[in-house]
Amino acid sequence: MHGLINRAIQCFIQDTYGGPAWAGIAALTSLPEGGFNALRLYDPALTETLIDTATRHLEKDRAGLLEDLGTYLVSHPNRASLRRLLRFGGQDFDDFLHSIDDLPDWARLAVPDLTFPGLELRSLGEGEYRIEIEENFRGAIHVALGMLRGMADDYGVLAVLTLAPDRPGIAVQVHEHQFSTGRDFNLAVSL
Amino acid sequence: MTDAVTLPATLALLDKTSPFHIAVDQAGKMIHTGPTLAKIGFDTPLIGSDLLSFIEILRPDIDPSFEALHAAAGKKLHMRFRDDPGVRLKGVFCPLDGSDVAILDLSFGIGIVDAVRQYGLISRDFSHTDLAVEMLYLVEAKTAVVGEVNKLNDKLQTAIVDAETRALTDTLTGLGNRRKFDTEIERRLAAKEPTSLMLIDLDHFKAVNDTRGHAAGDQVLRHVAQILAGVTRDGDMLARVGGDEFIILFAGPITIEKLDVIASRIIVGIETPIPNARSFCKISASIGITQSMNYDHPTSDQMLRDADRALYGSKEAGKGVHTIFDPRNGLNAH
Repeated sequence: MHGLINRAIQCFIQDTYGGPAWAGIAALTSLPEGGFNALRLYDPALTETLIDTATRHLEKDRAGLLEDLGTYLVSHPNRASLRRLLRFGGQDFDDFLHSIDDLPDWARLAVPDLTFPGLELRSLGEGEYRIEIEENFRGAIHVALGMLRGMADDYGVLAVLTLAPDRPGIAVQVHEHQFSTGRDFNLAVSL
Repeated sequence: MTDAVTLPATLALLDKTSPFHIAVDQAGKMIHTGPTLAKIGFDTPLIGSDLLSFIEILRPDIDPSFEALHAAAGKKLHMRFRDDPGVRLKGVFCPLDGSDVAILDLSFGIGIVDAVRQYGLISRDFSHTDLAVEMLYLVEAKTAVVGEVNKLNDKLQTAIVDAETRALTDTLTGLGNRRKFDTEIERRLAAKEPTSLMLIDLDHFKAVNDTRGHAAGDQVLRHVAQILAGVTRDGDMLARVGGDEFIILFAGPITIEKLDVIASRIIVGIETPIPNARSFCKISASIGITQSMNYDHPTSDQMLRDADRALYGSKEAGKGVHTIFDPRNGLNAH
């Protein structure tokens, strides 16, 4: 698993549950000293162990924890760069959804060896979509759900996103495009 | 097929496909600009004014005339705004066949990042086929990755300095270790700095270790380190080079009389009983000394050998004394 993902989980736990919680989980998982290196590759089994330990230690269920992780990734001030990179995908939320098939390619453009879940958008009608997900690790769909909910807020749309009942996928219903003002996005990096 | 495509239709098309363009008439006056230029906003009105008074052609090197621009039609042009010469532009000039109109299509090229910031451009200011947004994305992704690399580099640098410090430090006493001594003496001799080497070997230390245990032994070693630190000055180097063996490198020219005094003070200090577990540890020290001034071409090996000879002279003289190596008269115990 790419260090960026492990590092993201580490920052999520530190920023959300505090340093001591992370220290407890790190000790139980026998993680590398000083935390994860974002530029290294790690054994995928280590990520599995980390998530399992975190769910037990924080007394959360796996789906809920991963969804919170997804939302954190696109909404926490410490993770502003990822949110910005995602906003390059589209001018509005529908535009963003239509670019979602390309998301793995956008990610590869930034970090060549980053694996990403396969994503495919299907338009079902006015403001109604279905996103099929091919998980690259168990529970990737929950992270995606959290991220998409965060991005809907970011664009200021009122949308209902739920896990599709039958097969791995997310059902999206956009109710109102200008529900709130959303967050500002300038193409230029702020200095 | 229709030949009768109107000029307004053509310009409307260009507004969508090449939003950063200018249309000029046969006299070189601007008659239309795409939405990107409107967004940038210039103080002087563009429509009706001269294209070449607004844009300067830098490459190819042509006359600043409209005729010369026509002659360069289809070629890659390097340009800049006369009002804002910091922003570089590239583009192509193309006459619209069957009309008096020509089009200058512009791009920010590699200066896109600065231009976007300066003019507050957004996605809509670029055509959907323009890779500008992808380019900006890449710049931002690269910036984030480089930032991460720099942070890691800083961490590594700190770790390297820590490791180097540790590699030169005796962890028990905090003094330098054998490697520190080797490095220092080589450096001083190479720089031809006058150096005096004092080799200090503890007497009766083994008895402390054997009868009172290693913890007491360690305490004694730390105590000795403090005594030695008390007689050294800035620029001197102090190292523990063996179990109970210490070296001081004194910097600068020091007289033998001064070294005598220092060695005596060290031995008196070390012989003062050290309190330990409601009794006292009693040890002493033997010292051997030599100076780089003794040799035409001093080497660390030679100096260590001679200091060692002097040290054993002290041991044979009954311990608790110091001996200064003298190249002419041999050893000289005090």
